[in-house]
Amino acid sequence: MEHMKIPYYPGCTLNTVAKQFDTSAREAASIIGFEMKELSQWNCCGATFPLTPDNVIGLTAPAKVLSSARKEGDTLTTLCSVCYNVLKRTNKVIRDNKEKRNVINGFIEEEYDGSVNILHYLEVLRDKVGFDKVKGAVKRPLKGIKAATYYGCMLLRPFEDIGIDKAESPTIFEDLLRALGAEPVEFANKIECCGAHLAMNNEEVVTNLSGKVMTSAVDAGAELIVTTCPLCQFNLEKSQPRVAESDTGYTPVPVVYFTQALGLALGQDIETLGFEKNSSDIMPLLKKKGIA
Amino acid sequence: MPRIGVFVCQCGNNIAATVDTKKVAEEMGKLPGVVYTCDYKFMCSSPGQEMLRQAIKENKLDGIIVSACSPHMHEKTFRKAAEGAGLNPYQCEITNIREQCSWVHHDKTKAAGTVKSIDLTRMTIQRLKKNQPLKKIKIPVKKKAMVIGGGIAGIQAALDIAEGGREVILVEKEPSIGGNMARLSETFPTMDCSQCILTPKMVEAELNENITLYTYSEVEKVDGYIGNFTVTVRRKSKYVDEERCTGCGECIEKCPFKVDSQFELGLNKRKVIYTPFPQSVPNVPVIDAPNCTKIQKDKCGACAIVCGPKCIDFKMEDKLVTEEVGAIVVATGYQNMPNERFGEYGYGRIKDVISGMQFERLASSSGPTGGEIRRPSDGKIPQSVVFIQCVGSRDEKKGVSYCSKICCMYTAKHTKLYSHKVHGGQSYVFYMDIRSGGKRYEEFVRGAIEHEGAMYLRGRVSRVYEKNGKIMVQGADTLSGNQVEIEADMVVLATAVVSRDGADTLAQRLGIGYDKYKFYNEYHPKLKPVETVTAGIYLAGTCMGPMDIPESVAQGSAAASKVLALFSADEMAREPITSVVNRTTCNACWDCVTACPYTAIEREAIKDRQGNVVRWVAKVNDGVCQGCGVCVAACRSKSIDLKGYTDEQVFAAINAF
Ligand SMILES: Cc1cc2nc3c(=O)[nH]c(=O)nc-3n(C[C@H](O)[C@H](O)[C@H](O)COP(=O)(O)OP(=O)(O)OC[C@H]3O[C@@H](n4cnc5c(N)ncnc54)[C@H](O)[C@@H]3O)c2cc1C
Repeated sequence: MEHMKIPYYPGCTLNTVAKQFDTSAREAASIIGFEMKELSQWNCCGATFPLTPDNVIGLTAPAKVLSSARKEGDTLTTLCSVCYNVLKRTNKVIRDNKEKRNVINGFIEEEYDGSVNILHYLEVLRDKVGFDKVKGAVKRPLKGIKAATYYGCMLLRPFEDIGIDKAESPTIFEDLLRALGAEPVEFANKIECCGAHLAMNNEEVVTNLSGKVMTSAVDAGAELIVTTCPLCQFNLEKSQPRVAESDTGYTPVPVVYFTQALGLALGQDIETLGFEKNSSDIMPLLKKKGIA
Repeated sequence: MPRIGVFVCQCGNNIAATVDTKKVAEEMGKLPGVVYTCDYKFMCSSPGQEMLRQAIKENKLDGIIVSACSPHMHEKTFRKAAEGAGLNPYQCEITNIREQCSWVHHDKTKAAGTVKSIDLTRMTIQRLKKNQPLKKIKIPVKKKAMVIGGGIAGIQAALDIAEGGREVILVEKEPSIGGNMARLSETFPTMDCSQCILTPKMVEAELNENITLYTYSEVEKVDGYIGNFTVTVRRKSKYVDEERCTGCGECIEKCPFKVDSQFELGLNKRKVIYTPFPQSVPNVPVIDAPNCTKIQKDKCGACAIVCGPKCIDFKMEDKLVTEEVGAIVVATGYQNMPNERFGEYGYGRIKDVISGMQFERLASSSGPTGGEIRRPSDGKIPQSVVFIQCVGSRDEKKGVSYCSKICCMYTAKHTKLYSHKVHGGQSYVFYMDIRSGGKRYEEFVRGAIEHEGAMYLRGRVSRVYEKNGKIMVQGADTLSGNQVEIEADMVVLATAVVSRDGADTLAQRLGIGYDKYKFYNEYHPKLKPVETVTAGIYLAGTCMGPMDIPESVAQGSAAASKVLALFSADEMAREPITSVVNRTTCNACWDCVTACPYTAIEREAIKDRQGNVVRWVAKVNDGVCQGCGVCVAACRSKSIDLKGYTDEQVFAAINAF
C-alpha cells in the first residue's frame, strides 16, 4: 500500500471531551501507514439526522462539511458514530434527491453533488488497509482479554443508508478485535441503544439502557468493553458506578475506545493513549494479563 | 359485388337506450354491397340466431356484420350461427356498439350514440369486404403427458392423468418423489401423519403402469407446442443401476462416510450412498459423487463390494433422453427463505433456534429424534418453546411483502404437537394477525389456544440472545402494551415460503411467465387458475405461491383434468388467427424472432434442387403462434401479416372512417 492520505473529519466531541479517541486514532494510522488529514474547514455535523422529511435546514450543517471535504478528495473518514451516521445519511439525500440537493446547495452556496465516499475508520481498516495487515502490525497482542465489542445503534442503522455491515448480525468490530489478539464475546445488547442524547434530560433511561449493555457484556464474560462512539463511551462510563451500586453481583470493567485498544496492540506507548482521560481504569486488567 | 347483411342488436335497452338501432340499420342498407339489414331486441337469443341463419340463406349473404356487444362476449356465438347457415365463420364480424358506444354515452336523444354506431359499423363493413375465408388449424395431439416435480401436487396430477388412461412421465430432481410433504410430521387440520397419507400415493405412482418415474432428473430443454412438445431430460447418474437394484440397503449400511442430510435439514447425517428417507420411492440409493472417495480419489468402493446384484457402477454417466409429449404440468413447489437473513433471531448463531421445517423433522417419528422433541444443541427436552411467526413474510424491507398463508396454521399445529409430546411444556407464539381461513382452520387455532395452552402474544420479536444457557426472546406484546422477555429452551421460526432457486430458469425454458417473486403466473387468477399463457402447459401447487396440501392436491387434479380434456380428441382445433410470412419479401433480419414472446418463429432454409441453402426466411409455427401481432409491428420489410387482422383489412376500416 502506497502512503495513503485520507481526509478526516474529527467532529466536535473528538476535539474536546473525547480527545483521546482522536489522538489514538491518528497515531495508530501513522503506525499502520496512512495519514488522517484533518479537513482545513469544518463545522459541527448537527449531531442528529433530522427525521422530518421536509427539514432541509437540518441538513445544511453536514452538507457544509461534505462540500468542504469534496474539495480535499473523494473520500472522508470519521470516528464518531453520530457524525458518521449524520454525514452518511445526509450525503445519500444529496446524492439521490435532486430537489433537496438544490435547496441545500442554495442555502450553503455550494455546488455539492453527494459524490464523497464516507468511510468509518473501521471501514478504512477493513477495506482499505485490510485486517490481515493490521494483524501483521500488532506488537502487543491483547492476548487473553475477553472483549465486548459494543456497536451501539448509530454505526449500523438504518441499514439501507449506512450498510457498513449486516445491521442485525455485524462482525466488523469483532473481526478487528480478533486481529488485535483479543477474544470477542457474544453478548445480547451489543447493538442496542445506550440511551444516547437522553443523557441530557433523562438519566434514568440512560442508566437502565447502558446498564443492560454492560451487564449483558459482563454476564457473557467480558473483561473489557470497547466502544466506537463518544456518546456511548460517556453513557456507559457515567452509568457504571450506579449499576454497580444497585446490582451487587456486577463487577465493573474498563470501557475504552477501539482506537485505544488498537494503539495498545500496535505497541504504542501506553502513556500516550490517553487512558487517564477515561473514567474507568484499564491498568489493573493490563497488569493482570501481563500486557503492561 | 359482395352480398353483406347487417344485424343491429338492441340488447334490450342496453344499446337501444342511447342508439337508434333502426336508424343504424337503415343507413347501412344504403351502402354498396349491403343487401340486407335489420335490428332486433336480442340478437344472441335463439330466435335472434335463427333470424340470422334464415337471412343468410334467403339472401345468399356471403358476409355478415353483427353490431352488438364486445366480440369477447358473442363473437363465437354468431360465428357458429353463421357456420350453421353454410357461411365461413370468419366471414362474420362483430362491431362493438355496446361497451365502446352505448354504455359510454348518456345522451338520451340518441344523437351521439347513433352517429358513432353508424361510423363503427361502416368501418366493419369495409373491413369485411377484405376478409378471406379462414380455416381452423388442426393440430395432432400426442396423448402422453409430462409432470415436472414430484411433490404432492405433481404426484396427484400424474395419478389422475394415469387414471384417465394416459401415459405420464413424472420428472423429479431429487432421488425420491414426495417433495416437502415427505418431511412433515402430522398435518393440519386433521392431524393425520403426513407419511401415512403420502406414502400410499408415492407407491401408487411407482406401480401405476401408465406412469414412468424419472427421479434424479431435470428438464434441460423444451421445444414444440401444445400437443407436440419435445422435452430433453437429463437423467443424472445415480451410479446405481435402477433396473437391477433390489433396494436391500447393504451398500448404505457399509458406506463408511457420513455428511449432513439435506432431507433432515442438517439435523442428522446420512451416508454418501443414500436414499433421502426410509420410504423413498423408488427405493434405490444414489451416490453423492462430490463426497464419494471412490469417485473422487479412487479409494474405498465398499458399497460395490457388498452389493449382491452388482449394480453399482462408478463410471456411470448422465444420460440425456428426449420425450415427445402433448402436455406438461409444472409442479416444482417451494422452499423456505434462508433464516440466516434475520440476524436478530440468532439463527445459525444460536443452535437451538430452528426453522419450522426443522421442527417438523423433530416431531416426525421417522426423524432424527424418533419423534421426540429434543433440542439440537444438547438433546434435552425443551420445557419452553417460543414460536415466531412471519419471519420474512409481510416484511417488505427484509423479506417479501406477501403472506405465506400456511404458517399460522402450521405454527398452531406445532404448539399442539409440542403439548402432546412434552407434558407440562409451555409454548409461546408471537404473531401479527392470525390468518386461519379454511374449512375447520379457525377452530383448529382456537383449539391450540383454548385447550392446549399455547400462549399467543400479538407482537414482533426484536431480539433473541443467549443468557445462562437459556434463549432470551425480547419482544412486544401489543395487546397489553408491554415489552416482554421470555426465557426459552428453543425458538422456532416460521420462515416465509418462497419460490425455488432456479424457478426462473425453468420458466424461461418452458416459456411461461412468473412474478417478481419468481412464482409462476396462472393465465387468469380466477377463471384459468391452472393454465399458463403457453397453451398445453399447466401449473399445480406451490410453484404458483404459498398454499397448503389440500389446495396443492386440488390443483394437481385440476391440471390433470385439463390435460385429459386436451387428450380426449386426436386433433385439436385452433383459431386460425396466426401470422404468416411473405417469403418473397422477408429479408431474414430476425427481428420477429427476437420480438415473439412465444418463440413461435423459426428460421427456415430455402434450398435449391441440389439441396444447397439459397437463403433464409422466417417461418411461423401455427401451433405455437398466439396471434398477438407483435411480429407484424416488428417487421421492417412489412413481410408479416396477421390472418384475420391483415394490414389490408385494418386500412380499409380506417379509410372508411
Ligand atoms: C413447516 C411447514 C409445515 C407444513 N405443514 C403443513 C400441514 O400440516 N398441512 C398442510 O396442508 N400443509 C402444510 N405445509 C405446506 C405443504 O408443505 C405444501 O402445501 C406442499 O408440500 C406443497 O406441495 P408441492 O407439490 O406444491 O411442492 P413441493 O412439496 O415443494 O414439491 C415440489 C417437488 O418438485 C421437485 N422439483 C423442484 N424443482 C424441480 C425441477 N426443476 N425439476 C424436477 N423436479 C423439481 C422438488 O424436488 C419436489 O419434490 C407445511 C409447510 C411447511 C413449510
